[in-house]
Amino acid sequence: MTDKPHITIDTAPSEGTQLYTIIVFSENLAGVLNLVTNVFTRRQLNIESLNVSPSGVDHIHRYTITTYTDEHTVQTLVKQLEKKIDVIQAQYFLSDEVFVMDQALYKIATARLIENREISKAIRFFDGHIVEVNATYAIVSKNGLPEETLALYRKLKSFGCILQYVSSGVVAVTKSQREELKEFLSLREEEGRQGQQLSEI
Amino acid sequence: MKDIQLTGAEILMRALIDEGVDTLFGYPGGAIMPVYDALYDYRDRLNHILVRHEQAATHAAEGYARVSGRTGVCIVTSGPGATNTVTGVADAMVDSTPMVVITGQVGVQMLGSDAFQEIDVVDIMQPISKWAYQIRSPKDVAWAIHRAFYIAGSGRPGPVVLDFAKNAQVEKAPYEAGTIDFIRSYVPIPPTEKESITQAAALINEAKRPLVLVGQGVELGHAQHELRHFIEKAGLPAGCTLLGLSALPTAHPLNVGMLGMHGSLGSNKKTQECDVLIAVGMRFDDRITGKLSTYARQAKVIHFDIDPSEINKNVRADVAVLGDCKETLAAVTALLRPNSHDEWRESFRPYDEEERAAVIEPQVHPTAGPLRMGEVVRRVSELTGDKAVLVTDVGQNQLMAARYFRFTEPRSIVTSGGMGTMGYGLPAAIGATFGAPDRTVCVFLGDGGLQMSIQEMGTIMEQGAPVKIILLNNNYLGNVRQWQALFFSHRYSFTPMANPDYEKVAEAYHIPALTVTDRDKLDDAIRTMIATPGPFLLQAAVLEEDNVMPMCCPGHDVDDMILTC
Ligand SMILES: Cc1ncc(C[n+]2csc(CCOP(=O)(O)OP(=O)(O)O)c2C)c(N)n1
Ligand SMILES: [Mg+2]
Repeated sequence: MTDKPHITIDTAPSEGTQLYTIIVFSENLAGVLNLVTNVFTRRQLNIESLNVSPSGVDHIHRYTITTYTDEHTVQTLVKQLEKKIDVIQAQYFLSDEVFVMDQALYKIATARLIENREISKAIRFFDGHIVEVNATYAIVSKNGLPEETLALYRKLKSFGCILQYVSSGVVAVTKSQREELKEFLSLREEEGRQGQQLSEI
Repeated sequence: MKDIQLTGAEILMRALIDEGVDTLFGYPGGAIMPVYDALYDYRDRLNHILVRHEQAATHAAEGYARVSGRTGVCIVTSGPGATNTVTGVADAMVDSTPMVVITGQVGVQMLGSDAFQEIDVVDIMQPISKWAYQIRSPKDVAWAIHRAFYIAGSGRPGPVVLDFAKNAQVEKAPYEAGTIDFIRSYVPIPPTEKESITQAAALINEAKRPLVLVGQGVELGHAQHELRHFIEKAGLPAGCTLLGLSALPTAHPLNVGMLGMHGSLGSNKKTQECDVLIAVGMRFDDRITGKLSTYARQAKVIHFDIDPSEINKNVRADVAVLGDCKETLAAVTALLRPNSHDEWRESFRPYDEEERAAVIEPQVHPTAGPLRMGEVVRRVSELTGDKAVLVTDVGQNQLMAARYFRFTEPRSIVTSGGMGTMGYGLPAAIGATFGAPDRTVCVFLGDGGLQMSIQEMGTIMEQGAPVKIILLNNNYLGNVRQWQALFFSHRYSFTPMANPDYEKVAEAYHIPALTVTDRDKLDDAIRTMIATPGPFLLQAAVLEEDNVMPMCCPGHDVDDMILTC
């Protein structure tokens, strides 16, 4: 028997799914990344890309995660994420609601670069930049939409020149006019000062 | 005070006392010894119950918490001590039981080195607990303990695990008294939208055939009183989930019985006929809904819950009423028009009659043949004035107890619902005697489940814990045997079981015991059990191949119930 499972984590989007960008803010305590990714695993969601960084608010981390899923699942997913004690906020967005960017690096063989002029043309066409060259390899840098960085990868691959390829995964900011994390935090701070007050129902 | 340096272990003692803790369930070992050493000086204020297995410490803490509403506390050592608590932590998570588990851990300098009894507790516990955290410095002990109690007991309750590194137990830090009641990333009670109150009231006022589903949330939210006002004002029939059974007195005229797989025929049939379904503090588990895709499709659904992630998870809600159900139920009740829904309530009656004749009477008042579980349960309930705390293990014993015990007081059922953890009953009952010292605690167990925690007879003996143990002995892993009979052509694969002489086992632990086989000796045996101070084991030799009925078979529509097989 060959060592191949029948159910694999497939990156191809399945029917009825769309690419969602999930932005999660958490306290920067140990182990939160595990908590966050566990929620995806439990819901059988494959993470397309994951980026963790400081958030612009002290002591708060920001996770940018993309996944193919349907609306019902993503709605439940963000609520299950927010249920984790140290998660501050989790929200989901469709592609047109966020400004996204991916950073890719391509390490290519210098010999190929020299012998095939189409390679430099392609790099220029895709708006890539050669940031380092030596006798063995050259490094090309490109940022853009994930489909663009991927397209350059496919192109370079067709020339057979790629030694290494890496993409940072999507980072995204919302296009909304409101800054919901800040609003939430100031609301919470207010509540914290006043003590847990019951709504006036 | 601020500059008095205390060891982390002693800070733990002080912080526990500041949290109002007076009872602990635990088991010592190497990595928690500094804590046990500190405990030695606090014996007069912290009553430590030495269990015989760490899993039992967790279930005892659960039993304690369920009846008292306070957070149960466990202390265990690292490695195997910690892994032995996994089942109890998971159980408390799915059943929303407030609990704090403190596990010993090797010192920080040894973490990650595969040191003796070092195991990655936080990673194991994170997915099955409300919060898991490793205390690495004595300076964090007080913060972590107070945070743990706040998290465990607030909002939707649950278990918290604190992994206490040994260096943090022995190193010193100042202790400042104080608790935590605010965490910015954690909103225990979501805000209630006003419109949800008015919309819910409007739907209920319009309803012709309303049905209420009562969950444990009503007990956890101390809203038993508000629930009664709510259903009484508008004449709303109400069924209860397994964990919600004692939120509404069994004999209340609006109580239409237990919901779900082995619930009442009427409540399940009417789920598919109601026009407005009102869920309060329940989560539409598959044991309640049966086949989800056909469940109550005709009904508008109103869902009261404190946990936003339960809304639309399994059943789509037309109106979601988030918040504390004690507040929200009262707010909706104020807007309800008085009603009685006589005709609709009357329509449950033929089903009740059918179930009574086909299932209940033969189970509760049989006239021939061996004892049946139902009659034992019902007589224990009656002879304790329907006022006892019911604890159960898992299996037929649990379902029969749930069906035939009667409740008059809140917080009276202690059972493992979401996990169905065999071995839960005996230790949970021990915990319940500490959580409700003035009440009679009766635990119903099967011969399988008793043996999963039988070592706890040692704890019972040592503590003199007044647990009334009723062993419903059918010489089978009965619940599995029932499924084999129904769905696997009676192929009884590893469900018959040779049993020890339980009276002798009890005798070895100095627990008085009695076996009853004859119907006409049953009442006397129960009376002896009740009259005997302290613990007692009553073994009832029950019909071996009995089945829990009615039953909604897995994957079937909720109203597709069989009454006999
Ligand atoms: C820890 C654990 N293991 C296995 C099961 C599966 N299981 C559910 S009920 C049952 C039979 C229980 O037998 P017994 O305790 O004698 O109770 P009875 O059903 O006969 O009343 C089993 C094995 C379980 N729920 N929990
Ligand atoms: Mg049995």
